[in-house]
Amino acid sequence: MADAKVIDARGSFCPGPLMELIKGIRQEPVGTVLEVWSSDRGSAKDIPEWVARAGHEVVGNVEEDGIFKVQVKKVK
Amino acid sequence: MTRVVLLGGGVGGSMVSNQLARQLKSEILRGEVEITVINESDVHVYQPYFLYMAFDQAVPADAQRPERSVLNHLIKLVVGHAERVDRDANAVVMGDGTKIPYDYLVIATGSRPAPETIPGLVEGGHIFYTQEGALKLRDALAEFKGGRIVVTVGVPHKCPVAPVEFTLMVRDWLNNRGMQSSEVFYTYPIGRLHSLEPVANWASGVFQERNINSQVFFNTESVDPEKKTITSLEGDTVSYDLLVAIPPHMGQDVIKRSGLGDAGNWIPTDRYSLQMEGADNIYVLGDATNLPISKAGSTAHFEADVVSSNLVNRIRGGRGSVRYDGKVFCFIEAGNDEATYIKFDYQHPPKPQAPTEMIHLYKLAFNKMYWLSAAGIL
Repeated sequence: MADAKVIDARGSFCPGPLMELIKGIRQEPVGTVLEVWSSDRGSAKDIPEWVARAGHEVVGNVEEDGIFKVQVKKVK
Repeated sequence: MTRVVLLGGGVGGSMVSNQLARQLKSEILRGEVEITVINESDVHVYQPYFLYMAFDQAVPADAQRPERSVLNHLIKLVVGHAERVDRDANAVVMGDGTKIPYDYLVIATGSRPAPETIPGLVEGGHIFYTQEGALKLRDALAEFKGGRIVVTVGVPHKCPVAPVEFTLMVRDWLNNRGMQSSEVFYTYPIGRLHSLEPVANWASGVFQERNINSQVFFNTESVDPEKKTITSLEGDTVSYDLLVAIPPHMGQDVIKRSGLGDAGNWIPTDRYSLQMEGADNIYVLGDATNLPISKAGSTAHFEADVVSSNLVNRIRGGRGSVRYDGKVFCFIEAGNDEATYIKFDYQHPPKPQAPTEMIHLYKLAFNKMYWLSAAGIL
């Protein structure tokens, strides 16, 4: 996994990991790699689904000790 | 003397300062502790009433009390513009250059809707997250002749259930005025109707039953006020006759001027201790943090208990070891004179509860009891 700006969204039910990622994508410059940490298995699927729709890029998706870590690059 | 300064006198700042004043009464009277609240305005506003103002069910006076009357008489209140926090000097620098020194600083500056971050939104849309916006929307609704009302939700935003509540309430409002054929259309940033799955599932059924249309995965990127359309960053366009937006929010500009926040002016905060990251003597609560939890009065309320306990303990020689567990509690108005609620924390997901009339009545009662919460009593 590349160096990234970590969004620690473990234990976040509202707004939740995907909303935290969207917040990060909105406020960071193009080219930033964000790494979302989630304790919800669904994030490993939900986040890539939105990233594909929004036209950004998933650059990493791993599980470490029950934490799902998804890296997303803001490309536009 | 130990000086505690609270930057912001809203829900979080009022609760912490009032709890401190009560618990440290002896120390304050002996001149060993001083508590100062800095607030931009001399008026304390109960923001949940904005939703009701949009439907002419409340007026500004219902939501306002003098800030002085909300605070314990042992608290010093400074009304004025805070220019920045000077961490090197351990002082808040006011707009007129005055420095207010602190031993402990509590930042409770909240957040603000930032409609200017979406091109065309200020000109083309309405918001009900400010008093001024809610009153303008009230007038626009009164003049509304029918058509499509679009409710679009941005990220991040405070009071996460208000958009759903507004959507249900505006549907009722139209129906009660013989505009059943008018459409209510709701958009949400992620792939369901609300971030909380039980709320999303409940809203899905209610929206269908009440003929409310929706589109998910929709993050409004721009508004065209002439064509009356909104376009999402996912590439979809929706037309409207009346646009009601819950715009993306930002932390306050004083955080930016102080160099304390991230790109959105949110302050990096330890999720358990509520201390600003890298700062032993600065606590942050409420909307001002960067924590991945709901920006809501109840969040500030539960955090206030932690911050005030730890400050009292530290001032008396302890280490301040109480931890915030991420607790949030929200009422949800369901329309038809019913309401439900939801609660959760870092470890426990929310469980849905069926809406009842009793919870609706309790919510109405809480709107009056809020002032006891701000006083640190309830």
